[in-house]
Amino acid sequence: MNTQARVIPHRANGRLRRIFGSWEALLVVIAIAIFFINTQASPYFLDPWNLSDATFNFTEKAMIAFAMALLIVSGEIDLSVASIIALASTAMGFALQLGAGTPVLVLVGLGTGLLCGAFNGLLVARLGLPSIVVTIGTLSLFRGIAYIVLGDQAYSGYPTSFAYFGQGYVWWVITFEMVLFVATAVVFYVLLHRTGFGRAVYGIGNNPTAALFSGIRVPRVKFLLFLMTGVMSGVAAICLTSRLGSTRPSIGFGWELEIVTMVVLGGINILGGSGTIPGVVLAAIIMGLVTFGFGLLNVPGIVMSIFIGLLLISVIALPRVFGSFAGLHRKR
Amino acid sequence: MKITRRLLLATAVASGLAMGGAAQAQDNIRIALVVKALGIGFFEAAAKGAEEAAAELGNVELIYTGPTDTTAEGQIEVINSLIAQRVDAIAISANDPDALVPALKKAQQRGIKVISWDSGVAPEGRAVHLNPSSNPLIGNMIIKLAADHLPDGGQVAVLSATSTSTNQNTWIEEMNKVMSDYPGIEVVSTVYGDDLADKSYREAEGLMATHPDLAAIIAPTSVGIVAAAQAVTDAGKVGQVNVTGLGLPSEMAGHIESGASKSFAIWNPIDLGYSAVMLAHDLVDGAEAGPGATLSMGRMGELTLDDNSEGAMADPFIYDASNIDDFKDIF
Repeated sequence: MNTQARVIPHRANGRLRRIFGSWEALLVVIAIAIFFINTQASPYFLDPWNLSDATFNFTEKAMIAFAMALLIVSGEIDLSVASIIALASTAMGFALQLGAGTPVLVLVGLGTGLLCGAFNGLLVARLGLPSIVVTIGTLSLFRGIAYIVLGDQAYSGYPTSFAYFGQGYVWWVITFEMVLFVATAVVFYVLLHRTGFGRAVYGIGNNPTAALFSGIRVPRVKFLLFLMTGVMSGVAAICLTSRLGSTRPSIGFGWELEIVTMVVLGGINILGGSGTIPGVVLAAIIMGLVTFGFGLLNVPGIVMSIFIGLLLISVIALPRVFGSFAGLHRKR
Repeated sequence: MKITRRLLLATAVASGLAMGGAAQAQDNIRIALVVKALGIGFFEAAAKGAEEAAAELGNVELIYTGPTDTTAEGQIEVINSLIAQRVDAIAISANDPDALVPALKKAQQRGIKVISWDSGVAPEGRAVHLNPSSNPLIGNMIIKLAADHLPDGGQVAVLSATSTSTNQNTWIEEMNKVMSDYPGIEVVSTVYGDDLADKSYREAEGLMATHPDLAAIIAPTSVGIVAAAQAVTDAGKVGQVNVTGLGLPSEMAGHIESGASKSFAIWNPIDLGYSAVMLAHDLVDGAEAGPGATLSMGRMGELTLDDNSEGAMADPFIYDASNIDDFKDIF
């Protein structure tokens, strides 16, 4: 029905494509360029500990972005992820007040994420409601519950062992979050690019009707994708809560837009059907490098937002601009 | 062709990143003033005071920074980049007393002096917390404001927030302790406007009706003071009943102009930013923080720390017709 609308090229076409090979190669070039500029702009950039600290800028968001990537490839979206973080964190804080230890806290965080994902999934996959509307609704709902429970109060006093998830180091400068970031990247890479489930996700994103008629259980796949996004939000909630050592209802506010930006910058077609996990990994690293680089120069945050916005628009526009040039060339 | 395009791309990225000075002087003391969010008048004023302190000290390079919205996560990113730059000191007004502790602990472990000002951080995350004022100072100030305009004494009444407001009750208690310093001043009544504009207005009307000789209304709440000033204006008693207490310059400017309020007080953000930088500098210079310690705040005098390593900067700052115009656009 709306296949006509899917003309935004997800890969660089024509000459540009020959030059850069693929979207991911373009992102690699950008990442290297930004890395190089950062080393020139600040004497503090090339320090292992500083780079290690800087990874916190993107690891938690990226974990959600991987799951979100699959969801967007399938043609759906989840804007409630940051609110799931708030609710999961609040649930963990509540459990803490009841005397829960670290294992229980982790289960509560994951469980809350799972339930929130299931709620979104049921409304979208079973009732057939549009995901953008459903998740704008749950965006307010989930964080609203956190505000009702906490108001202007905070839960704090998490056990020392719980601090490991967001503050712990596995080896030297390698944080636990970095390991988790790599592990989830691998898991979602295999899931999307090496399994039948992943091919079904692409199929649904390209043409849900055709996918249905070729025997793919579309609602089931979509439900599972929402479930995964919910669980990954729970994982991010555990890491962030552990890193902050406390819970407030405003936790992770506004993250959903940064996560969607990360996914789109990574080359996932916002209309579904195409894109890769390595692209999202690169986009996460680019956003982390830009944030950290600007931070080192004490550039106000709003300039950072402007830069990310421009970067996003230009990477989306570039293939199209060069694509049409290439098209003109062929016509002649 | 290939190289040209790559260059173009690199330049485009570079133009975005290369802004701002690259090399910083290493011999200067670098102090970061971190605020709740950029673009808030109160904090811009504090930054002005911080610049004044940096200019006075001479060898200080001031970094004024903060997130775009008032979140703890945003401040943590800012703190991490300040740690990476190895600044000498961080002076922060915190968005969250607990969530910043891990990040600020890390800063302290790496040799950075950390103080909080305005909104504090839990003690384990900072060396010193600078309160704008203290309860005894505020209690004394509110009665002094009324007494200053009553050389021959007179009747005053208090219009507070709710009867359970901890802050206001403490201030009124502190005020009662120093009443003997103000002979001739008599507090005839204390009423509660519940920090609601309409209820505060009616309570102020009631005070004027029951005490015809009332000379001043003291409202130690920003809602009450505006409502009381309006009630006095509407009753045609400007010049007869002076409204004073704690208020915001932006909301009180009109009433200062009309004369319904001769003066009122609140903390001065410029002095606060100034003192924060002075304290941070003192710590970098080798001053020891801890219960009972005394630190220098330049022209604001000395700060004596209590058992929580907190201290009060000064009396609340008095705003009247002479300076209200300088502050009404700030906060």
